[in-house]
Amino acid sequence: MSSFNIIGKREPRVDALGKVTGAAKYADDYNLPHQLHGAVKYAEYPHAEILSIDTSEAEKVPGVEAVLTYKDVPGANHFGLIPNIRILADDHTRYLGDVVAVVAAVDRRTAQKAADLIKVKYRELLAVFDPEEALEENAPVIHEGGNEIVHHKVRKGDVAAGFEEADFIIEKTFKTQPIEHAYLEPEAALVYPDEHDGFTVIGCMQNFYTSHKVIAAALGLPLNKVQIIQSTMGGSFGGKDEAATLVAVRAALLAQKTGRPVKMLSTREDSIRQSYKRHAYKLYYKWGCKKDGTIAAMEIKAVADGGAYASMSPFVTWRSVVQATGPYYCPNVKTDVYAAYTNNNFTGAMRGFGSPQVNFAIESMMDELAERVGVSPLQIRLRNAFEDGAETATGQKLTHRVSLKEVLIKAAEASDFERKWREYRSEANRTKTFPKGIGLSCAYRGVSLGAEGVDAASAVVYVQPDGSVTVSAGIIDMGQGARTVMAQIVAEVLGIPLQRIHFLEPDSGRVADSGPTVASRGTIMGGGAAKIAAENVREIMKHTAAVVYSVSPAHLGFRDGKVWDDNGKSSRPLCTFEELTAACYARGKPLFASGVRHVAETNWDEETGQGNAYFTFVYGANVAEVQVDSATGQTELLNFVSVHDVGRAINKATVEGQIYGGVAMGAGYGMMEEFIQENGEAKTINFDEYYILTAMDVPKMKAVIVENPDEHGPFGAKSVGEPAVEMAAPAVTNAIYNATGRRVQNLPANLEEVRLGQKLRRNVQRASVACKIEPK
Amino acid sequence: MITVSLTINKKEYTCEIDPQTTLLELLREHLGLTGTKRGCEIGECGACTVIMDGLTVNSCLVPAFQADGSDITTIEGIASNGKLHPVQEAFLEYDAVHCGFCTPGMVLSAVNLLDNNPQPSQEDIRRALAGNLCRCTGYQQIFDAVQAASKKMKSKR
Repeated sequence: MSSFNIIGKREPRVDALGKVTGAAKYADDYNLPHQLHGAVKYAEYPHAEILSIDTSEAEKVPGVEAVLTYKDVPGANHFGLIPNIRILADDHTRYLGDVVAVVAAVDRRTAQKAADLIKVKYRELLAVFDPEEALEENAPVIHEGGNEIVHHKVRKGDVAAGFEEADFIIEKTFKTQPIEHAYLEPEAALVYPDEHDGFTVIGCMQNFYTSHKVIAAALGLPLNKVQIIQSTMGGSFGGKDEAATLVAVRAALLAQKTGRPVKMLSTREDSIRQSYKRHAYKLYYKWGCKKDGTIAAMEIKAVADGGAYASMSPFVTWRSVVQATGPYYCPNVKTDVYAAYTNNNFTGAMRGFGSPQVNFAIESMMDELAERVGVSPLQIRLRNAFEDGAETATGQKLTHRVSLKEVLIKAAEASDFERKWREYRSEANRTKTFPKGIGLSCAYRGVSLGAEGVDAASAVVYVQPDGSVTVSAGIIDMGQGARTVMAQIVAEVLGIPLQRIHFLEPDSGRVADSGPTVASRGTIMGGGAAKIAAENVREIMKHTAAVVYSVSPAHLGFRDGKVWDDNGKSSRPLCTFEELTAACYARGKPLFASGVRHVAETNWDEETGQGNAYFTFVYGANVAEVQVDSATGQTELLNFVSVHDVGRAINKATVEGQIYGGVAMGAGYGMMEEFIQENGEAKTINFDEYYILTAMDVPKMKAVIVENPDEHGPFGAKSVGEPAVEMAAPAVTNAIYNATGRRVQNLPANLEEVRLGQKLRRNVQRASVACKIEPK
Repeated sequence: MITVSLTINKKEYTCEIDPQTTLLELLREHLGLTGTKRGCEIGECGACTVIMDGLTVNSCLVPAFQADGSDITTIEGIASNGKLHPVQEAFLEYDAVHCGFCTPGMVLSAVNLLDNNPQPSQEDIRRALAGNLCRCTGYQQIFDAVQAASKKMKSKR
C-alpha cells in the first residue's frame, strides 16, 4: 500500500470542536435533579488499626442522607490486580489517602461538614516509608504475607565471568522521585439509579472495563445491571485507573443506599492525596566494560516503592526488568527488580510505566561510559546499539526493523549534537556564569502489554442506512487523539471523508471488554480492531456490489466516497458509498460489524527472565540543550529534539502533539516535578506546591517522525504516547553534565541538586526497623 | 443570601446566591455554564479563566459578589452567531486541543492577548499563557495556533 487518502494526514481532531466552544461534557459537567453530593472522611494515621468508627454525629447533620463505612458495602470491598485496595478502610489504614467513611448530603459543604464529625478510634502502628527498609526482616508488616509485592529477575550468560573479562567497572546508584500525573481534570463521577433496577455511572475512568467490574462487585449486582458511560476525559496519563474507580464506586454505593443520583468529585487536594503516583525507584547499576567501549556484563538491582497497595506494581516493575539494560548489546546480565509495600501513597500506572526510572539510570551510565572511553555520547551509543536481528537481555531475537541507529543519527543531525557537545564541554564554556550543555538519550520500548497480560481489543463499525457511520471502541480517548486516529482508519478502509464518521462515547454495554487504554496500545490494538471491523463491513458491501453490478468482489475499491471497479488496467466508478449502502439495506444486509484484534504470542519464564517479552518494539532518541545558572543551579531548557519511529503516523499532527507533550512531561520529571511526602503526609497537594512546566518553561521543540511500518500495526502503525515521555529526563541531566561536569544521580535536577549536588529538604522518617510490632 | 447582577456573554443575569459563592460556582452550578472548568480552586491552573471587564481572571478566586455589575465573557461567548473566533479555528487547525480541559481558559487568555496586542511576539504569547497550565500538549501547538490566529486576524482588519 503506497498511497493513502486519510492515513498520515494532519486531519483536525474529530472531537475538538466541542472542546473549543465549551460544549464538551466532562464528568463534573453532568448534573441531575435531586442529586446528592458526596464527601470523604480520611484516615488520620498512615498506619493504624481501626478500633471503632462513630458516625452518629454526622448522621444528625440536617441535609445528610447517608453515611457509609466498610460495613455498609453489600459486595466486595476489595479490588485490584492483587485485590488489596479497600473501597472503604476496614481493619487498618495503610496510607493517609485511605477513606474510612463516605457521606451523601444535599450539597458539598454539608457533606464535608458531616464527614468532619465522624469519629474514628485508632491504635497507631509503626509505619515504614522507605521500600528498602520495608523489605528488611523486622520491618512493620503492611499486608499479610510480607512487604515484598514482587521480585522479577533476568538471568543471561554469566555475569561473574563478564566482570572478570572487563577492563574496568562503572558502578553507580540512582534515585528517582514519585510524581503526580497532574491531569488537569480532577476525578469526578455521577451515579444514578436507572429504571431497570440497576445503576448508570458517568465518569472519567481510564479503564472503564475494570471500573465496571469493581462497581458491580461492590454493589453486589451482575455486570449487566451496571452501565458505565465514559465522559470526555480531561487527561489521565495512566492515572485514572484505580484512582477514578475509587471515586466512582464510592458514589455508586451512596446512590444505592439513598436511591438518588450522587455526584462525587475530588478537589485537587483530594485528588493528589488519594491517587497513586509514579513509583520512586532506587537503582544500583554495575557495568563491566571494555576499553573499546563495549559492555561485557551488567548487574542491576532496583527497588520500587509500591506504597500502600499493590496496584500495578507487579506489571510496572516487570517492564522495568525487561528494559533495564536498554537497547544495548550485553552478553551477561543479572537484573533484579523488587517492589515493596510502604505507608506512602500507593503507586501504579503512569505514562512510561516502569521505563522512565530505568532509562534515567541506563542513559546516565552510557554517558559515563563515553566519558571513560573518551568518545562522544553519540559514538558510544552507536557502538553498543541494537541492530536488526539483535538478541535482547531476555533472549528475544528482534525480527522487526530495529531503527535505533537511524533515530540516533537523525536526532544528532537535527540538533547539531556532535559540534555543540564538543564546544560545551570546554573549560571556556563550563567556567561561564551561564554555561550551556547538550545531552543525548535513546531508548527502546516493548509495545502494548506484552507477556504481562491478556491482550485483545474490540471495535464496532455501523454504517447507518444513509451512509453516515458510527464507530465504537473499547479503547478510550483521554486527550491523546484515539478517536481521531480510529476514525481515520475507518475512513481510509471505507474510502469516505472523515466528517462522515461519528465516534460514540464508550459504554460498557456497547463493545466487548477491550482491556485498558494503556501501554501505548491505543492505535496498534484499538486502531487494529477498528480496521478489522471496517474491513468486515466492507466485505458485506463488496458482496452486495458484486451481485448488483455483476463484478468480482476482489476487484472492488473504496475511495473518494465512491465504489470503484478496479478490474484490469482501468478503474471506473460504480456508485457512491451512499448508493451501495442503500442497496445493502434494501437487500436485508445491515452494515454492522465488530472487529477483534489479538496479538502475536509472547512468552516469559519467571525464573530466568527469558522469553519473547513483547511482540514488537519502538525506538526513539532525544536531545536536550540547556543553560545552567551556575550561581543558583537553575536550568533553563533551550531546545529539544525528539525523534521517534512510530511505524506509521496515522495523523502527523497528533503524533507531534504526543511528542511535544511527552517532552514537557519528561523534562519536568527531569528537572522539577516531585511529589513530596513527609511521614506519609502529602506535602505537595496543589499546583502552588507541585510544579509542572508552564508556557514560560518549555523549550523550543522539534519533533521528527520516522516511519518503518510494522507488520503488527494497522497500516504499519505502532506507538508514541509513552515513548515520547520516557527518555526526556536523562537527555536533560546529560545536558547538565555537559554544561557543568557534574552528574545528577537523584531526580529531579532542581536548583539544589544542580548547585549543591544534594537536596536540602530534611528526610523525616518516623519508622524504626529496630522496633518490632506484634501483628495482631 | 445576596443578590448579584452581572452581564455574561452579553446577556444580563440577576442571581440570589450564598455570599460564599465564587464566580466559578456561579457560572457552573447556578447558570449551567460548564465550559469554565474547575481545576485547582486556588488560582494556579487557569482552567477557570474568564474575561472580566477586559481582564482575564481566575474565576475560582473571584467572590461572585465582586462580579456584581461587571461584564463577563466565558468560553460559551467566544463564538458569535455560530461562527468560531479565529483563535478557536486556529486551535482546531493546529491540533492545539488534546484533552481539552485547559482549552477554554487557554482560548480566553489568547483572545484577551490578541485584543490588547494584535501582533504578539513568541515571548508575549508565552507570557500571556503562563497562568494556564496544560499537561497534554507541551504548549507548542498552542503557541503555533495563537501566532496563526494573530496573522489571520491581521489580514482581516
